[in-house]
Amino acid sequence: MELNKLEMDLLKSITDLETVPSGALNIRLNGKAVMRQSSPNISVGPNDEGTGLKVEIKPGAVNETVHVPVVLTQPGLLDKVYNTFIVGEGADATIIAGCGIHNDSHAISRHDGIHEIIVKRGAKLKYTEKHYGEGSEQGKRILNPSTVITIESGAIAELEMVQIRGVNDTMRSTVAHIHEKGSLKIIERLLTQEEQRAESDIMIYLDGNGSNAQVISRAVAQGHSYQLFRAALIGKAPSVGHVECDAILMDSARIRSIPELQAEDADAVLTHEAAIGKIAGEQLIKLMSLGLTEQEAVNTILEGFLR
Amino acid sequence: MLELRNIFLQVDGESGEKVEILKNLNIDFQKGKVYAVTGPNGGGKTSIAKVIMGIYRQSQGQIYLEGEDISDLSVTERAQKGIGYAFQQPPRFKGITIQDVMSIASPGADLVRIRSFLRDVGLCPEDYLDRDLGTGLSGGEIKRIEMAQLLLRDPLISIFDEPEAGVDLWTIQKLLGLIVSRYKHNPNKTAVVITHNEKIIPICDEILVVDGGTIAAQGPPEKIWHLIKDDIECKVRNQCQGEVTYGVK
Repeated sequence: MELNKLEMDLLKSITDLETVPSGALNIRLNGKAVMRQSSPNISVGPNDEGTGLKVEIKPGAVNETVHVPVVLTQPGLLDKVYNTFIVGEGADATIIAGCGIHNDSHAISRHDGIHEIIVKRGAKLKYTEKHYGEGSEQGKRILNPSTVITIESGAIAELEMVQIRGVNDTMRSTVAHIHEKGSLKIIERLLTQEEQRAESDIMIYLDGNGSNAQVISRAVAQGHSYQLFRAALIGKAPSVGHVECDAILMDSARIRSIPELQAEDADAVLTHEAAIGKIAGEQLIKLMSLGLTEQEAVNTILEGFLR
Repeated sequence: MLELRNIFLQVDGESGEKVEILKNLNIDFQKGKVYAVTGPNGGGKTSIAKVIMGIYRQSQGQIYLEGEDISDLSVTERAQKGIGYAFQQPPRFKGITIQDVMSIASPGADLVRIRSFLRDVGLCPEDYLDRDLGTGLSGGEIKRIEMAQLLLRDPLISIFDEPEAGVDLWTIQKLLGLIVSRYKHNPNKTAVVITHNEKIIPICDEILVVDGGTIAAQGPPEKIWHLIKDDIECKVRNQCQGEVTYGVK
């Protein structure tokens, strides 16, 4: 099956793909898999319950990429999917996920993506998930991603989760368990506008000796939007964890940021820093002194901040 | 080239009273010259630069650039007309790289050119181009990047606000060399260097001593520097009470 222009445009917004890639992939369109293919080192198939996908990357496979985007163009659809990703021992893989919704109706379009990710011993994973919504009518575009990730001994994972624009409501949940010498970096970037709401709840359990985690959150709230960011680090072993949340507040928007540190081991080193504020006037002036208009300066600052 | 006519700058003081920062300033910055603006802290040097750039709006007076009244123009419009300012304390940005800001400074500049200007200020392009203009850079690095932007932008009038601040001795020599090679005897450009560094004085064509919001002394360095140097030093050390008349013994 071929994707039409609208569907391809949505796919490009969330994956930067101009064409359908040739490697391992699963494209879910309006609640159904419309393209699915495995590669020699990545198997992509239905899970045992038939409620979603099971993606397995072979142990030791390196430089592997799998695309699993979701596109919704059917108004009023409530789509829920359960996906499991297993990155085999010593493998090095990239998973490109994400969801784009086009909703021109008055009905709600919603996608709940429930992901379980297991990064086996010594494996390395880069996971990218972009969310985007568009549409001319009042119908809400809702995205609720939920991710549970287990990082086994010596494994490394980086999760980059981005909400580009156009999502009315989102409730994001991320839970991570990091074993001995495992490492996790989460980069979350959220933009909300108008009356949009976004909640993000991140809980990281530093379970193993020498485990480490870093959470970097960048948020921009415009219009009358609202964002709530909670990030908890639970140090259950000698470990290192850091949460950094920066937010730019504009117009009459609101942002609430709640970093939480819980140390259950005397050698758990947990830190956090948080800052919420408007765009600094001196930043605007600096860019204007290079010839940009005030609006161009604002756009440049926001683009960089959310990059 | 750039004329300041009867410029006054008034700001609100801490208890709401009006404080006069600049008082009836009249300055002609001419093409082909390098100017040093010096004087005690709080005298009004940076305020002059910010009034020229449009960051501060003068309460009275006119500013002309090549005969055109630019007094009411915005910062953006003044930048587009050919005024450039290297900030004393440049702001930092998250997510904006050095390459990004250099490209904004000079939209048509290719990577070869950007690299060469970074090298000119003693920064290895390979190590810096992709770095954020954020907290990972030292004050001295930020200042050099600020200099590189202005040199690359190459406006009609370039104002360097304390280019030496936070910069090591070797780099200061390099920066001085750049100012001499690019502006000295360049018939189309003007450089204004706000400075506290005595080494910068001899490379300039003219010194302006700013104190108490006025031009306290002005002239070529070889004629007036030996007359005013001790007075500035004395004032800065707070050994003098009240007003100082620069150069009058």
